[in-house]
Amino acid sequence: MDIQSLLIIAVGSIFISNFVFARFLGICPYIGVSQKLDSAFGMGMAVSFVMSMASVVTWVIYHYFLVAGSTNVIFRFIMKGQGSPPDLTYLRTVTFILVIASLVQFVEMVIQKISPGLYKALGIYLPLITTNCTVLGVSILNIDASYNFIQSFINGLASGIGFTLALILMAGLREKLELTNGPRAMKGAPIAFILAGSMSLAFLGFTGLKIG
Amino acid sequence: MKISKIFLKGLYDNNPTFRLMLGLCPVLAVSTSVHNAIGMGTAVIFVLVSSNLIVSLIRKIIPHKIRIPIFVIIIATFVTIVDLLMAGFSPALHKSLGLFIPLIVVNCIILGRIETFASKNNAILSIVDGLGMGFGFMFALVIIATFREILGYGTWFGMQLLGQHFQPVILMILPPGAFITIGLLMGFLNWIEHRHIHKHLTYK
Repeated sequence: MDIQSLLIIAVGSIFISNFVFARFLGICPYIGVSQKLDSAFGMGMAVSFVMSMASVVTWVIYHYFLVAGSTNVIFRFIMKGQGSPPDLTYLRTVTFILVIASLVQFVEMVIQKISPGLYKALGIYLPLITTNCTVLGVSILNIDASYNFIQSFINGLASGIGFTLALILMAGLREKLELTNGPRAMKGAPIAFILAGSMSLAFLGFTGLKIG
Repeated sequence: MKISKIFLKGLYDNNPTFRLMLGLCPVLAVSTSVHNAIGMGTAVIFVLVSSNLIVSLIRKIIPHKIRIPIFVIIIATFVTIVDLLMAGFSPALHKSLGLFIPLIVVNCIILGRIETFASKNNAILSIVDGLGMGFGFMFALVIIATFREILGYGTWFGMQLLGQHFQPVILMILPPGAFITIGLLMGFLNWIEHRHIHKHLTYK
């Protein structure tokens, strides 16, 4: 496991294929939450945390419960190595969404017990994250790219940071945008989309970045 | 009368994309061509109508406290069905929609309609609501895809529209094009609505 490949994944997920600007994941919170800088930062942190946790957990579930192989837990302990290992990969979507929903609930309870301060800061964003497509998206992307355990974790974390970056940039701009005197029809979401388009254009510049 | 009202509400008044602004991720991502837009629209209509139907049938026996996980499992089951069917019958479409097929599970339109409509109404009304919302989604997707495909490739639904000398605007099929198109379309719809309200106030 070399550092270089992890760095490539991280830079790739933060800048080149940024979740909001290049992959179109997490657009709803991007348009909805990014009105204020504080809440954008809180949401971003909560999403990054859950994304890195979910990447790790779904990776383990997929490789030890769903894939047919001699290491499959169901095959080894329930079927006791008899017959052929079951291929349960078609249950991926159902399993992942259940795992993510319970993970979010679990994280919420743990944070509430361990750190009430952090819970106060992140609490209101956590329930929203279950239906945030970034979390399920990054879990499936990790599997599709056949990343290993550490690469999945780094990808989850870096994608979360990329999402936070996009959210914060947008929130800073929208705070200023509220004060401008634009056409009435373009107020609110329409102008936010145009703005996102120009930012996406800027992020397209990172495509030229050659690493590795 | 009521049925047609529910249908039209989803199609225009409460259009999930332009009015409610729900489930925007797939709208932006798969609207590069009309072909993809129709494929995605069909998948969403199927999942929406089927899960609305199932939820409205069992709405009285679902315990209130654990309703969200139950809804999510029902949606995920239908999404898996669509995923496997599409992989079997139209692999090219499945490949170009890619990640966004499993992501229908977390599409807020579907959970939103189940929570606000199907869990409170009977089966027939829920089917109509699912159809209205689904077609509203597909309608928005096809409009955005039309602009992007004509400008970005010079074609519509694969048919050559603009002649040989047309220089395609590559930007339109890249991510920025999606954001700009949907922003301008939303602005245009707002403008029409403002004009409408204005007329109504001055002449009545």
